[in-house]
Amino acid sequence: MIEHDAPDVRELDALLESVAQNRDRTAFKTLFDHFAPRLKGFVMRQGSDPHFAEEVVQETMVNVWRKARQFDSARASAATWIYTIARNMRIDLLRKINRPEPDMDDPALVPDPAPAAPENISKAQEAARLRAILSELPDEQQEVLRLAFFEEKPHGDVAAELGIPLGTVKSRIRLAVKRIRTEFGEDE
Amino acid sequence: MSIHHHPSDELLLDYATGALGEAWSLAVATHLALCPHCRAAHARLDAVGGAFLAGTSPEVVSGTVLDNVMALLDEDEIELPATPAASAEARGIPILPNPLRRFLGGDLAAVPWRRLGMGASQYVIPLSDHGATARLLRIPAGKPVPEHTHNGLEVTLVLRGAFADATGSYGPGDLQEADETLEHQPHAADGEDCICLAVTDAPLRFKSMAARLVQPLLGI
Repeated sequence: MIEHDAPDVRELDALLESVAQNRDRTAFKTLFDHFAPRLKGFVMRQGSDPHFAEEVVQETMVNVWRKARQFDSARASAATWIYTIARNMRIDLLRKINRPEPDMDDPALVPDPAPAAPENISKAQEAARLRAILSELPDEQQEVLRLAFFEEKPHGDVAAELGIPLGTVKSRIRLAVKRIRTEFGEDE
Repeated sequence: MSIHHHPSDELLLDYATGALGEAWSLAVATHLALCPHCRAAHARLDAVGGAFLAGTSPEVVSGTVLDNVMALLDEDEIELPATPAASAEARGIPILPNPLRRFLGGDLAAVPWRRLGMGASQYVIPLSDHGATARLLRIPAGKPVPEHTHNGLEVTLVLRGAFADATGSYGPGDLQEADETLEHQPHAADGEDCICLAVTDAPLRFKSMAARLVQPLLGI
């Protein structure tokens, strides 16, 4: 499934940074070519028709251009950042609400502690590792995560769809999250 | 702020996928503003979303979408003014974090409290999505909330003061998730009124007949 000329995670970050700093339209066009078909596929897998999926793609990509300066490759990879924009755009278009979010510029926000040690892996490297971890999770854990993200279902509905007890869905989610947390060396 | 009670992995996941309704999202997002630990956990879940997006099979996008997007970029070269963060600081640090202030239209001092009886007050926060109710509750220092169970789910985020019940004690930033299995009688701690953001999707079920009788009047 890998395209030969598809940019890798770090190149995608660099393209997005160039959009932010230089308002680089060529870089933006490359990002569009890479992400727009995936965004459309993602939203269609969430159960939307192709027309609505293209509406989400259009609004998401316009916001990628507008908000590019907020992108910080130390916080998220380009795919993750674009995922969050598409998620919020879909909520906005479908439910007509702004997703409540913390405001990183709010003086009342409790700031992140200074990192104990300098971070030695980039978010782009982390993204690659995360994809490997996800593919190694037991099928049943992958399934609940996939249903949660692709069908945008609350975990209670995931339990109903799979015909399994709510407690089982919760424990699968917890095991998957724990695996990810352990992999990134975070203590409990 | 030392926080001991965090949202469950499931609640955070539902917030990250976008499945969570507005009222619950308000409680989770306000907790995230107070809790760097959960912001990091949430960022990892966003990264799972990013990984799923990166791995999605591409679908051919109509050429008009790119044309529309490029045309919108042309209209968009007017610089937006940067958020004046410095001037906000000059006005002093607010008590309540965003996004809660945005929903209230101001800080704690601006809340139009309504009396609930027994010294308690509430303010029901107006929302666009009516799937669940979000309210601020103020319980006087040292006073109990009547013992109750839940017909559905309840998420409580402490903003000021503290409360305790059989499951533990909850201070500023702590978030409690309760369902129909929990029968509890929260007590506000001494010293300071306890102010919470409480989200419920069904009326509470009070144990005492007296509380059940006045419940419709109190609107809880």
